[in-house]
Amino acid sequence: MNESIRILYSILTLSLIYATPIIVTALGGLLSERSGVVNIGLEGLMTFGAFVTAAFVLMFESMFPSMGAWYAIVMGALAGALLSLLHAFICIHLKGDQVISGTGINFIALGLSIFLCQIFYQQQRTPTFRRGFTKWSVPVLKDIPIIGDIFFRDIYSTVFLAFLLVVIVYYFVYLTPIGLRLRASGEHPSALESAGVSVYKIRYYAVAMSGAFAGLSGGIMVLTQDTQFTATSIHGTGFIALAALIFGQWKPVGVMWAALLFGLLQVLSVFGTSIGFVSTLPQEFFKTFPYILTVLALVAFSRNAKAPKAVGIPFERGSR
Amino acid sequence: MDILDIRFDKRIQRIVPLIAIGSAGILGLLIILITGGNPLALLRGILRGFLGINLAAIGTQNPIFNPRYIGEFLVSAMPLILTGLSVGFAFRTGLFNIGAEGQLLAGACGAIVVAFMFPDTLPRIVFLPVVCITGMVCGMVWGFVPGALKGFLSVSEIVVTIMLNYAALFITNYIYLLLPHPNTVKTEEIPFVASMESPFLSDLTSNSRLHLGIYVIPFVVVLYWFIIDKTRFGFELRATGFNPRASKLAGIHVASRTTLSMGIAGAFAGLAGVMIAVGTFNYGRVLTGFENVGFFGIAVALIGANKAFGILGAGLLLAGLQSSQPILQAQGIPRDIILIIVAIIVLFIAMQQGIRNAIEASLLRRMVKTRRQEESLSP
Repeated sequence: MNESIRILYSILTLSLIYATPIIVTALGGLLSERSGVVNIGLEGLMTFGAFVTAAFVLMFESMFPSMGAWYAIVMGALAGALLSLLHAFICIHLKGDQVISGTGINFIALGLSIFLCQIFYQQQRTPTFRRGFTKWSVPVLKDIPIIGDIFFRDIYSTVFLAFLLVVIVYYFVYLTPIGLRLRASGEHPSALESAGVSVYKIRYYAVAMSGAFAGLSGGIMVLTQDTQFTATSIHGTGFIALAALIFGQWKPVGVMWAALLFGLLQVLSVFGTSIGFVSTLPQEFFKTFPYILTVLALVAFSRNAKAPKAVGIPFERGSR
Repeated sequence: MDILDIRFDKRIQRIVPLIAIGSAGILGLLIILITGGNPLALLRGILRGFLGINLAAIGTQNPIFNPRYIGEFLVSAMPLILTGLSVGFAFRTGLFNIGAEGQLLAGACGAIVVAFMFPDTLPRIVFLPVVCITGMVCGMVWGFVPGALKGFLSVSEIVVTIMLNYAALFITNYIYLLLPHPNTVKTEEIPFVASMESPFLSDLTSNSRLHLGIYVIPFVVVLYWFIIDKTRFGFELRATGFNPRASKLAGIHVASRTTLSMGIAGAFAGLAGVMIAVGTFNYGRVLTGFENVGFFGIAVALIGANKAFGILGAGLLLAGLQSSQPILQAQGIPRDIILIIVAIIVLFIAMQQGIRNAIEASLLRRMVKTRRQEESLSP
């Protein structure tokens, strides 16, 4: 096979791998924001999920040699959900400021993760783990020309999980009664309340799910892109996911495309120096691009913004 | 406290930060206790971070008081106070400036670039102000963008400032590496005429990095108070923050006020960047991630209730906690306990509305109770 084509394929495969945590976190953010609660604590929830996952993978290494990584990301998701309940409580019951609370969540997640590392491991990081996820090639499917090379060769199973979640979230948000309630809660909560549905309950579930998604994604990220948890394991992916959520206009499929684009840009910023025409551009160009693009998208869509109408506004029972 | 009193809101605003600090302190001590540390060591470490007094040295050969700690404490307090003023200024106009981090980086970069531009041709008294003002202008520009987008296109300033933080991080890293640099983590040192370093202040505090910025801070704090509380412009800003629609009807140009407010907030954060770049370090630093001075500014502004002197106090408080970190680590308490304490403070302040409602409810209950007693007493 031609050398440059093979590099192209491997870049696309890597982009899928890098896009995975962005997709999963952004879907979590989607659930929260569509229910009317802003969650800028995604970065922190990912960090906490990553720490818990790393800690459990170390513990599971001897207990479950084959499935340890999968059990560990479930623990990461639970941890994320648990921490996000704090955000939910402040935003929903106490009617607090959602952005301030999200900032606090980012702080406490980082602080708690590193603090616990010091308590458990006497250092500011976890020890290195040996059993993260491993790349594999799907039998049969890998032999399909082009598609097989990009999607099914040397890839993590978590990539498929991310795409599966896109389908599930799409189905859930648009095609189920609870999804309709979720959207109503973010657009016109008082109408929902007068229909006899508890807005509080919907928002609690939505925020907890966003925490679970972010924790899961943090776990996936640390087990696919790292060999240990450190303070910089997540390095801003939560905020990129927030950008993808906005660039994707709060829609599952749009979010997926935005995340794939941002994943590709991340890969180009890391490996760009080895690719002919790309190496002439500084790597900072690719790193900056997603953020500038998101600002431009906000400007372009500002006339008919698609953000949920009630997002960021605490719901007061009995208000109109 | 009377719920019908017109000052009820103001009192709540003052009480909530105190409740937050108190509860965060207690929770911090509890966390230390649960994880098997010595809570007294936490208090001793914090005392030493603030005042340089080492209680453990009493009765030993080591000096009890070391002025160097005070110097370093002030060095870390200055940028925190400035980013606090930045976030607070925007808050007063009803804007959330999460972008102090990026504005700080832009300011630092602007100052460093200018510092390399005219080596040894200008006297310090001219050059240093030029360096500082350039940095402030760069921070201002980084604030203008989200301000203008918010003012004229009603794009969320929260999202734009978050995005611009990362843009600033990567763009400034790129610019630093265009300047003369001995390695890929920092630029060469800037010439003395462009630096805020002060041998006198440094000697005074046994070789800390204390710099000329300490003379600037009081002016800036008073300036903040003056603009916000004593000028027509400040009144317009506050009115815009309270109720944009009413302000518009009252003839205030809301869009331009929003833009200017974010611009000025950016200038405060830009000055923080200047102090870090040409005061503390004297070279440009290529960073791999944020140092959270801007994000801590959010905590400072919240604790200080967005008032000039409140922010001054809150900045000193957080800086003291920060400078106690290495001391705590040396005593076997993980340094990140400080981050947890700050986070708890922020979370408590986010609960402001909830705390307010709770106080209101208990006051109401008491009112009803006394009323009933009065009624039962009178025949």
